[in-house]
Amino acid sequence: MSATTATASRRSSSLGDTIFATVAKLSGIFVLAVLGAIIAALVIGGSKAIIAFGPGFLTSDDWDPVHESFGALVPIFGTIVTAILALALAVPLAFGIAFYLTELAPKWLRRPVSTAIELLAAVPSIIYGMWGFFVIVPIMSQYVQPFVIDTIGEWPLIGPFFQGPPFGTGILTAALILAVMVIPFIAATMRDVFETVPAVYKESAYGVGCTTWEVMRSIVIPYTRASVVGGIMLGLGRALGETMAVTFVIGNTNRIASSLFGPGNTIASIVALEFPESETGSLKLSSLLALGLVLFMIAFIVLAISRTLLKPGLKA
Amino acid sequence: MSATVPGPAKDMTAAVALGRRRMRVNTIVKVCCVTATAIGLILLASILFTLLVRGVGGLSLTVFTTSTLPPGSNGGLLNAIVGTLIQTVLGAAIGTPIGLMVGTYLAEYARDSALGNTVRFVSDILLSAPSILIGLFVYQLVVSPFGGFSGIAGCLALALIVIPIVVRTTEDMLTLIPSTLREAVIGLGAPKWKMIVLVCYRVARQGILTGILLAVARISGETAPLLFTSLGNLNWSLNLSKPMASLPVTIYQYAGSAFQDWVQLAWTGALLITAAVLAVNIAVRALLRGGK
Amino acid sequence: MRLAATALALGLGVFTLASQAQQITGAGATFPAPVYTKWGEAAKAALGIELNYQAIGSGGGQNQILNRTVDFGASDAPMDPAKLETGKLLQFPTVMGAVVAIVNLPGIATNQIKLTGELLTGIYAGKITKWNDPKLVELNKGVTLPNLTIAPVYRADGSGTTFVFASYLSAVSPEWKAKVGAATSVKWPAGTGAKGNDGIAATVANLKGAIGYVENAYASQNKLTTVQMRNNAGEFVSPTEASFSAAASNGDWGAAKNFAVNLIDQPGALSWPIVSVSFILLPKDPKEPARSANVLKFFDWAFNSGDAIAKGLEYIALPAPVKAAVRKAWAAEIK
Repeated sequence: MSATTATASRRSSSLGDTIFATVAKLSGIFVLAVLGAIIAALVIGGSKAIIAFGPGFLTSDDWDPVHESFGALVPIFGTIVTAILALALAVPLAFGIAFYLTELAPKWLRRPVSTAIELLAAVPSIIYGMWGFFVIVPIMSQYVQPFVIDTIGEWPLIGPFFQGPPFGTGILTAALILAVMVIPFIAATMRDVFETVPAVYKESAYGVGCTTWEVMRSIVIPYTRASVVGGIMLGLGRALGETMAVTFVIGNTNRIASSLFGPGNTIASIVALEFPESETGSLKLSSLLALGLVLFMIAFIVLAISRTLLKPGLKA
Repeated sequence: MSATVPGPAKDMTAAVALGRRRMRVNTIVKVCCVTATAIGLILLASILFTLLVRGVGGLSLTVFTTSTLPPGSNGGLLNAIVGTLIQTVLGAAIGTPIGLMVGTYLAEYARDSALGNTVRFVSDILLSAPSILIGLFVYQLVVSPFGGFSGIAGCLALALIVIPIVVRTTEDMLTLIPSTLREAVIGLGAPKWKMIVLVCYRVARQGILTGILLAVARISGETAPLLFTSLGNLNWSLNLSKPMASLPVTIYQYAGSAFQDWVQLAWTGALLITAAVLAVNIAVRALLRGGK
Repeated sequence: MRLAATALALGLGVFTLASQAQQITGAGATFPAPVYTKWGEAAKAALGIELNYQAIGSGGGQNQILNRTVDFGASDAPMDPAKLETGKLLQFPTVMGAVVAIVNLPGIATNQIKLTGELLTGIYAGKITKWNDPKLVELNKGVTLPNLTIAPVYRADGSGTTFVFASYLSAVSPEWKAKVGAATSVKWPAGTGAKGNDGIAATVANLKGAIGYVENAYASQNKLTTVQMRNNAGEFVSPTEASFSAAASNGDWGAAKNFAVNLIDQPGALSWPIVSVSFILLPKDPKEPARSANVLKFFDWAFNSGDAIAKGLEYIALPAPVKAAVRKAWAAEIK
């Protein structure tokens, strides 16, 4: 490619070329500038809180608007726990869907089913919030949670994770809705990477008498492992930053809940819920912006990992 | 495998048992996969069904011809629909050219350069950045210093979401164009920029358009970046320097109100926005398939 | 690209179409937004004045009027007197609202059970956890209270309703005042949050034994199960228009500077204890006196003819003497 570029510029180094190339490069630099500006804006906006609380901001579990004491620990905890729970629910389902779409489904059914699953990714997140609150929450509150509290809640060791009043909302419900939202992303990535496995590998495995599952387990998964994990990380990135759907069901409570049925909060949800009533220039507003910075850092790390794992050329 | 190896009768029985177990495991896995897919489809159906059941009742001409009014005044969603259209179109109009140029830069000028790789990485970070952070950023950059929420701030927030989507698809599509085509055009003596604009863009037109449409579908349903930027407006207003209504924000506010007609409008709005977003997505897929 | 250009042209085209006729702009509290816009609708026909009200939250309303970007600001909490002074602002009340407690108890009808401020504080502090707690049973003789866990629900989003409710808990409990206090969002010791009035109502409806608090308008419009409260005079009152108005007329308006009256836990045998006032902030030195005059004209009309509209939307209109005092302040303070 660079050879072509060189020849091209020698042949006709017209003004138009220079301008076009410059504009293209400036646009690229603009994108860098935007990222820099986002970080700078959050740092400046959050500086008041960062100065007031120092590194203790990250380790304090207090969030008391009346006494102006703010800490990020509970939202960070909630963000990570809901995202990981969501993945634990979404990955097996997404894997099943991807497996079905690549190996099991009849040819004519693949495209419509594939499209339907991908449409799940297109539904606006506020719709997920309303659906979650008016459909999932009552089911959780009236059937699932009372049942689980009366059965598993009585067990030793894991019992305490399933106790408390069955509000229907809370950390588990939020994770459930996040799971639905990230399934299409993970399933689509898995489907795409499963399809990259050379047919000859699979055929030789089938040839020696392997079942479909054995081919998947011993050929496809080992071959695509890194990319699959990359796709999962991409889903994790989505789950960490999801806002509107979570605000409907999380309960916005600044306590580290001992039970999965208990309320909590996430960084994105506390920002969306408390920002509108925060006064300009207040320590609370600054703390919310500092929380935004923390979220950005978490998202940054997760994406960096997912990019290194996803093979180049395979984008979700 | 072992079943094909002849051996003593004892081994034979073991092999048959193993074979049966393997088939059983296979069947169980297959059933699980079909169930997983069914769950996925049921979830989509459940969302659409909920919206239809709760939203259809409020559909009437008034929804499209009247702005949001106080409770009990038979208001509609006109200002929200128009606000969403304006902000989506302007957001896409601002973001698309930039995204297009960045994608071009990555595919045509900087495939392997350090700067190119950095830009690509940063663009992918923006692609997955939580949209509420984009809202916070624009609030800090535009709303806070210039003294007020405004439609233009909403447009800018949406544009920032558009850029990385367009970058991604543009770069992917341009990379797919065979280099022989480029060489042929350059060989004719055309300057590079003409080659890109007249040939590459034309070849990749469909893919690039797909990216833009997907970006439009995505931003039209966004709530979080608009909460602190364009804010929402109860009145009919097309003034971009003032707060501007949008469908998602109106839904967010109305769903929680005390008044039944507002709640009904929220569900109807939810139905409308979802139907529109899904329709665009399906259209894009049809477009892509038609091109192949 | 062509699409983009057309879109931009369209955007600029409509931009210039925005009308500037006899318009007054206000911004602030979300709580009175329905009544202000409804008044606006009626006043447009009666006065030819068009109100453009932006519900951006009380804090935002205070900022906007301090920066003079709107004709008036609206706030659910009275502004700090020092800020009023430096900002050269006149503060006056417009309507009042009440906050009520709602419960989900099988077999218990609306306003059938009684609560006191102390018990409500105990419930929200997580200290009273069962509906058949002896204190509750003693207060509600004749009603069979179930053996259910009490599940308190509060607003997850920052809200003026939370401010009013927490102000009441602070007024009746020194312990609550010291440990939790009152703001648009507070550090709740127990329970779960739910987004918006609807979120609270739905969460309470989903769970037997749950208790929540909502604006009276919401409870009334949706026929929710409310409770009686013991007021400052020791009497039990139901949340009705009469008890809200009683609280309003028992408020010490005369002594309140800038009309910043506190209507929480007012005396009077009939007074509902959790009532709040919504305020308007108006510049004393308007840049454009004509626009300020229109704002006054608008609220004068609302005081004269807007009470029915306010009542229709479950707001409480101001007592007549208060209206008279406000009019006096207009005449004296606005140049």
